Amino acid sequence: MRAYDLVELAGRNLREAGLRNSLTTLGIGVGVASLVAMLSLGIGLQKLATRQLGRSGLFDTVVVTSRQDGRGPRFAQAAPVTGQPKPLDDAARHSFEQMANVAEVYPNFSAVGDIRLETNKTGNHFTVVGTLPQSARNSESFDDVQGTFFSSNDAQEAIILSDFGRELLELPREPRGVDVKLTPDQANQLLGKYIVLRYHKREAGESAPLSGKTTKKGERDPDDVDSADDPQGQDQQSFNLVPQQLKLKIVGIVSSEPNRGLRQGRTPVFLPLALAESLDMVQAGELWSTLRPADTKTYIALIVRVGKSKAVEQVEEDIKKQGFNTFSILDASKGITRFFKVLDMFLAIFGSMALAVASLGIINTLVMAIMERRREIGIMKALGASDGDVKRIFFFEAGTMGLLGGAVGTGLGWMIGKLINLGTNIWLQRQDVQPEKFWYVPPWLVLAALGFSILVSLFAGLYPASRAARLNPVEALRHD
Amino acid sequence: MATNGTEFESVRTVSVVRHYKLGRTLIPAVDGVSLAAGRGEFIALLGASGSGKSTLLNLIAGLDRPDSGAIVVEGADLATMTSEQLAQYRRHTVGMVFQSFNLVPAMTLYENVELPMRFAEVKRRERRARVIEALERVGLSDRMKHRPSEMSGGEQQRAALARALANRPKLLLADEPTGNLDSKTGTEIMDLIRELNRTLEMTVIMVTHERSLAERYANRLVFLADGKLLSESINELEKIGVTR
Repeated sequence: MRAYDLVELAGRNLREAGLRNSLTTLGIGVGVASLVAMLSLGIGLQKLATRQLGRSGLFDTVVVTSRQDGRGPRFAQAAPVTGQPKPLDDAARHSFEQMANVAEVYPNFSAVGDIRLETNKTGNHFTVVGTLPQSARNSESFDDVQGTFFSSNDAQEAIILSDFGRELLELPREPRGVDVKLTPDQANQLLGKYIVLRYHKREAGESAPLSGKTTKKGERDPDDVDSADDPQGQDQQSFNLVPQQLKLKIVGIVSSEPNRGLRQGRTPVFLPLALAESLDMVQAGELWSTLRPADTKTYIALIVRVGKSKAVEQVEEDIKKQGFNTFSILDASKGITRFFKVLDMFLAIFGSMALAVASLGIINTLVMAIMERRREIGIMKALGASDGDVKRIFFFEAGTMGLLGGAVGTGLGWMIGKLINLGTNIWLQRQDVQPEKFWYVPPWLVLAALGFSILVSLFAGLYPASRAARLNPVEALRHD
Repeated sequence: MATNGTEFESVRTVSVVRHYKLGRTLIPAVDGVSLAAGRGEFIALLGASGSGKSTLLNLIAGLDRPDSGAIVVEGADLATMTSEQLAQYRRHTVGMVFQSFNLVPAMTLYENVELPMRFAEVKRRERRARVIEALERVGLSDRMKHRPSEMSGGEQQRAALARALANRPKLLLADEPTGNLDSKTGTEIMDLIRELNRTLEMTVIMVTHERSLAERYANRLVFLADGKLLSESINELEKIGVTR
């Protein structure tokens, strides 16, 4: 039988029992819809999670530290070292920047300083100061920034957290952990205004006294590294801590810490990266820096951001080979991917159950059709239809119901997903949480749902079709 | 695979046996029937109900398979054919009409006549011409768009005849074609069958239990009882084989 005859005959049969076939098709549609809705939700959640995590800077970040530990080279042997430990200096930074897939390298900068509003002579706030590279402008924290990002990488500008803004305005503190946005009015009192940052700058100086006590206000005494243990005896080069002041313009206020990544503690004030590096501030907890010669520059830690999260492992491996310690939370990211794979699987199983029920509907409908069309099948066989012809007609009917049901179901599932998303977002907005897209229907899901629906329907059609084909024409034509 | 066939022979059955199981007992519906029909011959199979005449017709039609024996139609043995070959045989070699017409109720007359040509993969353009030709032959060319339920019994049987002619078969098998018709309409149908038999030189094998009808139209009467061939009588004074 030619294809168009097959289509015509099957189509005619489908139309003949229009209501029954429509209901069966709708059943498949509901099954497919549940599958599509479940999977699109799973995929959407996964996308949301990876987007959030990706933008949090956790998963594309490798933290590099030197194998020379903070207390001096003589302890470094304790670490599993192959070869001579290398200093984490500009040469190392440059070599990381040259590696494939590395988007940027910047120091993990954390200093302390006193900050006050220029107009307020008395209200000093002792606080941690961090830096942001230019790439941080894509961080999710800047989704709802009040103001702007830094105008350049070395501009004398600052971005502050909104609760630090409250401190500067001397408003009562909000409970910890709550991201509170400033009102536009409050923000206007800060944006474009100047703050004064007081800090300590390292400056090459005269030979230090043997005890190395160069303490100033606010600095810890370097853990008495006494001269008896020092193989060099006396440090010939030393530095002074010179108090400095710097005026910075507040350009942006964010409610959560940008590029939080693996940073520890709370950092409420951020400077442009190049500006902060040029200031040569004494950094918090930087014991080794208090001992190292003033004319060399090493980093406590460098943050290496990798362009593709898939390449993190390779980059980490390559940096280790260069003789540095590295840390990333790649394994955690793998765990999350695995979690979503399992979640998707369960959602798909639940979604498929409805489709399985629908496929029983197809079997039922077609078996009923065989009973009704028993005589017709007998006639067709008497007129020369082969078993294969009869089988193909029923198979085609099942496939058509699958295709139509799949199309209806995909549309329905898409709508259900959109409704769930809409409803959730309305609820979220009432809770003052930013709306999100939980639900995502990728093109492959549409095609897969259609294909799966047709496949399931054809599978359901197997039994009725072969039963129809096996029908004995003599019995089918026997007078009732 | 001709068995002793002459070029004038259309159908030959050789010791055909067909049993049916009823519980544990075997009922011999057709029990060793050997029969030959020449090309263009009109044979009437006569017998009481349950004599096996319809079973024999179904065997010749390729709708059923014999348990033993051979059925040779136009030189080919149906007993050795695959089911696909049998379907092909039904498509191209045989046309069938039934007592209860067996038109597809959901289809129009045109579509019913077209149906066997779909299975025979006749091209669309040719189909139309053939449907019209067949319907003109049975005098129903003005009823093409009607459904069977809108037609009388006689018209339905004429439509069934047109459908049987669609693929231009060499053999027409009729199972009680007048059984559901009144005598006047029955005569009309029989006239039509005889006309087809003569003008198209189709071999006709007709099952009937009306002896008078058989005697009026058939060249030869074959009697069956309990699945066995009782006797043959030559209806007209012509010999078996070439009748015209």
